[in-house]
Amino acid sequence: MEVTTKSMPYDAWKDNEYIEKLVKELNENGTNVIVGSLDKLINWGRSNSIWPLTFATSCCGIEFVSLGAARFDMARFGWEVARSSPRQADFMMVAGTIVHRMVPVFRRLYDQLAEPKYVIACGGCAISGGPFRKSYHVAKGIGDIVPVDVYVPGCPPRPEAMIYGIMQLSRKMKVERFFGGVNRQEKQKEFLAAHPVEGVED
Amino acid sequence: MQDFSFLTTWLDNSLRSIMPGWLSVTVECLLVGVGLLLVYALLALFYIYYERKLCAAFQCRLGPNRVGPWGLLQSFADMFKMLIKEIIHLNHIDRFLFALAPYLVIIASMLAFAVLPWGNGLQIIDFNIGIFFLIAVSSIGVLGILLAGWSSNNKFTLIGSLRSGAQMVSYELSIGLSVITMVCLAGTMSVGGIVQEQENLWFIFKGHVPAVIAFIIYMIAGTAETNRGPFDLPEAESELTAGYHTEYSGMHFGFFYLAEYLNLFIVSGVASLLFLGGWMPLHFPGWDAFNHIMDYIPSVVWFIGKAVLLSFVIIWFKWTFPRLRIDQLLSLEWKYLLPINLVNLVLMVLIIVNGWHF
Amino acid sequence: MANITDKIVKLFPDATVVEGNDPMVTVADSRWHDLAALLRDNEELKFDYLVTIVGMDWTEHLGCIYYLMSTEYNTVVGVKVLAEGTRETPYIHSVADLWAVAVTYEREVFDFFGIVFIGNPDMRRLFLNLDWKGYPLRKDYDEDPALNPVSTESERQTDFTDVYSLDENGNVQKKEVRVFEKDDFVVNIGPQHPATHGVLRFRTAVNGEEIKKIDLYCGYIHRGIEKLCENLAYPQTLHFMDRMDYFSAHNYHHALCMLIEKAAGIEISRRAQVIRVMMDELSRIASHCLFIGTYCMDLGATTMLFYALRVREQILDIMEKTCGARMTFNYECIGGVMQDLAPDFVQDVKALLEVLPKNIKEYNEIFTGNVIARNRMEGVGVLSREDAISYAVTGPSGRASGWACDMRKLFPYSIYSELDFEEVVMTEGDSMARFKCRMREMEESAKILAQLVDNIPEGEYCVKVPKVLKLPVGSWFQLTEGCRGAFGLYLESDGNTKPYRLKIAPPCLPQAAVVDHITRGQKIADLITIGGSMDYIVPDIDR
Repeated sequence: MEVTTKSMPYDAWKDNEYIEKLVKELNENGTNVIVGSLDKLINWGRSNSIWPLTFATSCCGIEFVSLGAARFDMARFGWEVARSSPRQADFMMVAGTIVHRMVPVFRRLYDQLAEPKYVIACGGCAISGGPFRKSYHVAKGIGDIVPVDVYVPGCPPRPEAMIYGIMQLSRKMKVERFFGGVNRQEKQKEFLAAHPVEGVED
Repeated sequence: MQDFSFLTTWLDNSLRSIMPGWLSVTVECLLVGVGLLLVYALLALFYIYYERKLCAAFQCRLGPNRVGPWGLLQSFADMFKMLIKEIIHLNHIDRFLFALAPYLVIIASMLAFAVLPWGNGLQIIDFNIGIFFLIAVSSIGVLGILLAGWSSNNKFTLIGSLRSGAQMVSYELSIGLSVITMVCLAGTMSVGGIVQEQENLWFIFKGHVPAVIAFIIYMIAGTAETNRGPFDLPEAESELTAGYHTEYSGMHFGFFYLAEYLNLFIVSGVASLLFLGGWMPLHFPGWDAFNHIMDYIPSVVWFIGKAVLLSFVIIWFKWTFPRLRIDQLLSLEWKYLLPINLVNLVLMVLIIVNGWHF
Repeated sequence: MANITDKIVKLFPDATVVEGNDPMVTVADSRWHDLAALLRDNEELKFDYLVTIVGMDWTEHLGCIYYLMSTEYNTVVGVKVLAEGTRETPYIHSVADLWAVAVTYEREVFDFFGIVFIGNPDMRRLFLNLDWKGYPLRKDYDEDPALNPVSTESERQTDFTDVYSLDENGNVQKKEVRVFEKDDFVVNIGPQHPATHGVLRFRTAVNGEEIKKIDLYCGYIHRGIEKLCENLAYPQTLHFMDRMDYFSAHNYHHALCMLIEKAAGIEISRRAQVIRVMMDELSRIASHCLFIGTYCMDLGATTMLFYALRVREQILDIMEKTCGARMTFNYECIGGVMQDLAPDFVQDVKALLEVLPKNIKEYNEIFTGNVIARNRMEGVGVLSREDAISYAVTGPSGRASGWACDMRKLFPYSIYSELDFEEVVMTEGDSMARFKCRMREMEESAKILAQLVDNIPEGEYCVKVPKVLKLPVGSWFQLTEGCRGAFGLYLESDGNTKPYRLKIAPPCLPQAAVVDHITRGQKIADLITIGGSMDYIVPDIDR
């Protein structure tokens, strides 16, 4: 199964091996026809309706604004419904540096997102700390705080790169199973169990 | 003019021929209910798409164009996603009221939706206080918003719902008064009667000056009623994150979202009913040939066309004007719209008494 | 500057002059408050604007350097005060009663150096958590991550602040004071909030829709740039300038390059200077465009954002052709600029100058003239000239209050003295004035560009600079104009390849600090209007 989107040839994508691995995992145990087609319908809906949370801490956030503007127009893909309340958003574009003081807030925002939720680490700072890695007050990548689905490198990444990043996320959503054993959510649970928030139950 | 009542009569007759009367009424109710829900959902989805495309056009963008042809399926994808989104259960909230609020909002808009005259012979129930009923049920919505804000146990939602309460209560007055102005002209509160009265000429032409004033006031107040920009204070994004529905997720939020768009349709539908003749085609007294040609366009198209056109104006407001502040919003209503409205009502009565209308 | 220091010493005999390339006045802490009052109130001195407080750690002493400016005589003077007390509890007397902005500046110094200011009404940390261990800008700060681990646990919150005083034995006493009244309804706005333009947090006590008090929390994007710079060679410190106020990337870069060039005695070519000034003004237009867009979006007119971004995209195209990036350009370097101009630079700038007036006219038609917009902005958040100076609100926000504080005019640097442009000063001081001021500044910047675009001289774009740059021992202070106001830089060198201390005085910190003052008694919605019209950039506040 070649996972791609409208007017993108399969070979134009990078990281196809990763998606192929996901597809293999997905089909490992076979699928019920009815459940499988329902899954397909739901995945079609999900992968085409990715609403971001308006969350930006620094420079990358401005490029995210440009992404919404007329030149790059993320509305074409249906991503323009930026919700300010995390409960209504689907993914978080972590655009900018996350510092010590922001970490609890950031983690809480992630916890407030409604399932299914995704995270894109956008820009050097979010991926690894970037140019501020050696600072006393900067978290060295958000990968230690929340599970990350897509990394978009750059400082800041160009809007085109962000579009590509969200399209990759959309592709990932397409190879998920909603009914019966969600492959991705298991990993998410493992991650969250390994990185608990103290003082919070459930 | 095509009369759609043959459809309903035929359905009624054929049902009655195969089952007892009480059963056929039940089946009819069910059919109408399902039909309404379907139209409701489809219309809401269309409106979401419509607004997104329009907003894109105002902003020199393209808008959704990847999902389906011209992005037509975008809002369907959104709906599928919303349906399976997690509904978050919160601690320290009033669970019953929290769950009740979105249903109240959507039921209010559905009830109002049911009275609209869709076409010649396409009205679910036409009773003598139709327009009164419409105004009464549409104000249940504010209850849902107040409950949502209160039960979420969140300061933003609380402020949002308080604002909303103040706003709705105020603007309800303007809506009511401008509706009364038109009811005076029509001489009836029945929705069907109001439409029939406009057979010769739409009310906006018939009642000239006071009707135009009432129309403008209605459009302003209607925009405020639907919580849309420039009156979108209850959910002012830059002030209160998402206003009264900040804490709602999944389909609960979806209800608010759908109701918001449907209210837009209802407000513009009522405006077209009161001022632009509802489903009535454009008729001018004496222009028989013209009137006849107009009759060839089906009444459903007339109604929906007018409503969509008026919604365009409301959407245009939203994407052009900045937002008002709460005190400015209230002073606009109490200091300007309400006095103008009262004077306008008197003017209308004078015109009717003296027969100065067309 | 020497004659000012002499004058001060004559008026205040307890003070002495510190000789050096940048002469300063120094005074003992016990007499510091008296000197400060004299500096502010004396008719001949009138130092009414506190530019910045530079906290210093000279290993054997802790202390502060206060940079003061007189808005009447356009003179700048530095005052050096050494902290009393032990290294564990050093203290200096506060000047918060003289300059309102000092409350915030002193909190910053306390945060970084642990110097307690006696008499400051709000002595909490400004950027770091309450429970942060150590004072990061001290030279002996322990950077062990185990001491201050990344924690997902919510930080400790308190409704109290500390006030320090001296008892009769000269010991520092701490007292807790409530920030809000006991039964205030406090709404937390931020750090994740669409209107704070990033991650700023206001704890807002409201009475219905009316604002009673705002407590400002910064530090949600504090990245420790000043500390990082101390461990990097001079050319490496430059790239941080792009990432503070990312709209003034060129301006800030330019400023630091100039300072280092001044310290190292490097002369740069005229071509490089012209290029730098053109880039500054281009980014000023782009920055103001984005201000207009986001501000209108805050007020609910989303569509304006897209119209404003159209011009910004055009400018970014020009930049991209020359610098190769859209945002963090890293273009100016010590000795000139990185690359020569792109071949069609002149043509592109001319095209921009042609469309700009049309666009500004369009913005005015759509937004400025709108009755709702006028009602929202006129008379909202009035900042008087005196307050603007006392709170150190510079840039277009300060100029809208009638304070002519354009550093390009006051201390003309680079080639600004030869250029013909007007300093936009308005007197209303409300949000509308701040908005209009920026609109008109765009026109002035376009005027500068029009003067330069046909007169870019030939020559080398970058002079030869030694690979390993060492600055002589000394200290330098410089004020330039960023897109948002006066950008101060203080550099102290101990003769090494790395700066001993690089203090960045951003324009946005005072602009955020003044929000509490001008929002009192206004509506919640006005907080958005006022915050938007101040146009602060949060990474610039936090550094």
